[in-house]
Amino acid sequence: MEISNRKKTEMLRIMKRIRTFDETCQSLFVSGYIPGSLHCYTGEEAIAAGVCSNLRKDDYILSNHRGHGHLIAKGGEFKFMLAELFGKKTGYCKGIGGSMHLASLELGILGANGIVGGGICIASGVGFSIKYQNLDKVVVCFFGDGAASNGVFHEGLNFASIHKAPVIFVCENNLYSISMKQKKATGVENISIRAAGYDMPGETIDGNDIIAVYESSAKAIERARSGKGPTLLEYKTYRWRGHYAGEPGDGLLYRDKEEIEMWKTKDPIKRFQENLINNKVLSINDISSMEKEIQEEMDKAIDFGNNSPYPEIEYLYKNVYV
Amino acid sequence: MRQITYREALREALRYNLINDERVFLAGEDVGVVGGGMGVSKGLIEEFGPKRIVDTPISENAIAGLGIGAALTGLRPVVEIMYIDFVTCCMDMILNQMAKIHYMFGGQVNVPMVLKTVTGTSGGNAAQHSNNFYAMFINTPGLLVVTPATAYDAKGLFNTAIVNENPVVFIEHKRIYNIKDDVPEEYYTIPFGKAAIRRQGKDITIVATQALVFDSLKVAEEMQKGGISCEVIDPRTLNPLDKDTIFESIKKTGKLIVADEGCLTCGFASEIASLAAQELFGYLKAPVIKVGSPDTPAPYSPPLEAAYIPGERNIREAIIKIMKYSI
Repeated sequence: MEISNRKKTEMLRIMKRIRTFDETCQSLFVSGYIPGSLHCYTGEEAIAAGVCSNLRKDDYILSNHRGHGHLIAKGGEFKFMLAELFGKKTGYCKGIGGSMHLASLELGILGANGIVGGGICIASGVGFSIKYQNLDKVVVCFFGDGAASNGVFHEGLNFASIHKAPVIFVCENNLYSISMKQKKATGVENISIRAAGYDMPGETIDGNDIIAVYESSAKAIERARSGKGPTLLEYKTYRWRGHYAGEPGDGLLYRDKEEIEMWKTKDPIKRFQENLINNKVLSINDISSMEKEIQEEMDKAIDFGNNSPYPEIEYLYKNVYV
Repeated sequence: MRQITYREALREALRYNLINDERVFLAGEDVGVVGGGMGVSKGLIEEFGPKRIVDTPISENAIAGLGIGAALTGLRPVVEIMYIDFVTCCMDMILNQMAKIHYMFGGQVNVPMVLKTVTGTSGGNAAQHSNNFYAMFINTPGLLVVTPATAYDAKGLFNTAIVNENPVVFIEHKRIYNIKDDVPEEYYTIPFGKAAIRRQGKDITIVATQALVFDSLKVAEEMQKGGISCEVIDPRTLNPLDKDTIFESIKKTGKLIVADEGCLTCGFASEIASLAAQELFGYLKAPVIKVGSPDTPAPYSPPLEAAYIPGERNIREAIIKIMKYSI
């Protein structure tokens, strides 16, 4: 598959933006500037960036508790995301939802979710709806290996299968459901083989190789768009940090330092960046200016968040009902 | 006026909305060829086809998720959970997703869907097909809870539910599907949050829901002969609740009985009792009496089930008890 240099550059930018955003949020949380829970995506950036680079603005995604990467890759802006994390009125959800309920209907982001697996059956419903209305759209549902142990995984995939709904189920297998090793949590090594049970294609792919992610998801999205039905994609990856920001040991209570370090050598960003430099797609200078722009965007977002007001207390009672 | 049953009234409302709004579809277990567990959708698949009348696998999370996903993307789904007992299989979808999305997302999107289901104990269905635990839906902000008792209300409230922008839990009742009522053939709606005064009276206020409305009316009739005048109020929607109508009646009578089929502890009746204690303390001339299912699971054995289902005898006892405070 031919990928333009422009597209490759854009994908690197998305990954770097995700890394910058989440690492900044981690520091802001630890230093007390972010009042509530968040889950860092660091190490898994290639999946959101690779998959969403195949989507159109009006395609839908459903995200999960580790959702910042998905939002950024689908067009989310730092400032509105960070304002939300600060609990400010200018956030995507007016500061009411926070990290785990970030959503932007305008961008086709039907919400992060605080319940593991919570988006899977909704995604099947969205897929049904797209088909019902004969729309030229697809829906991508991001969830982790932990969600694959929940009953909704079965119900959602089965339902999408019987309706040949245009849903791409993206399992981000970071090898741990909080502290539990995936090997102990699921009876199969590769979750994608379960696709056979739903008569849909399933594939396990290196989730730290953005080109592989891009190409495999392009195929699944095209399949969904042309009415052939859903696909289950499993991307093997690793989260560098703990399950949540502020977790004691930052992931070391249940993982060896060696294991974490080994995965850091597979850094999806470094890998892709070296590839682009070696193939003369980008120069070191190009990359420095890209990083500088991203840092400026981040700094502006912090100012925007800081200077934004909290929602008025009346917001407590707003929007419970339409 | 033409008389039709509660079941037929519901079917008529469904049919009207299916004809008039392409966005409306019905999905659930056996809603197609069989016509639904209670026969409400009988014949609709023949008229509207399998695109609009969608038989689903026995997969409650998928059914509820279908409703949410479709509502988020421009449709007007009606999804059916065959018995209220089975909502336990998709409680995350209902309580955490459907109820909260509008709020959590800062009002960006509405979830205009109807989740219809069936409550009531009857026919030896035993403990897992006889629950009446809809109080948990009133306990979850974000949901509207509708409990029609009559065929007239079933049609009018369903028409309102389907055009409402909020997620509505629409609860039908097993023991009243065959009861006939005057129902106009034309389209009409009944606003949410407006109780019906089923019978006027001055001595006792009976707030009753669904099957217990009919039981209360029978007992009220009987009591009238002995000179006791009961006012029977059917709230019709448990959320929003027409507190004004209920409070006005309690102010007049000073005596309150709440008859609702939920278990006695922490049910809808408990909430009305607590509201009366909190808001109308000075008006009460007697302790509030709750009539409901006992705090046990529903038994199978016929005499035990008969003892379990609250009805006329319990209301009669409550009236006798509350009237002791008259002197």
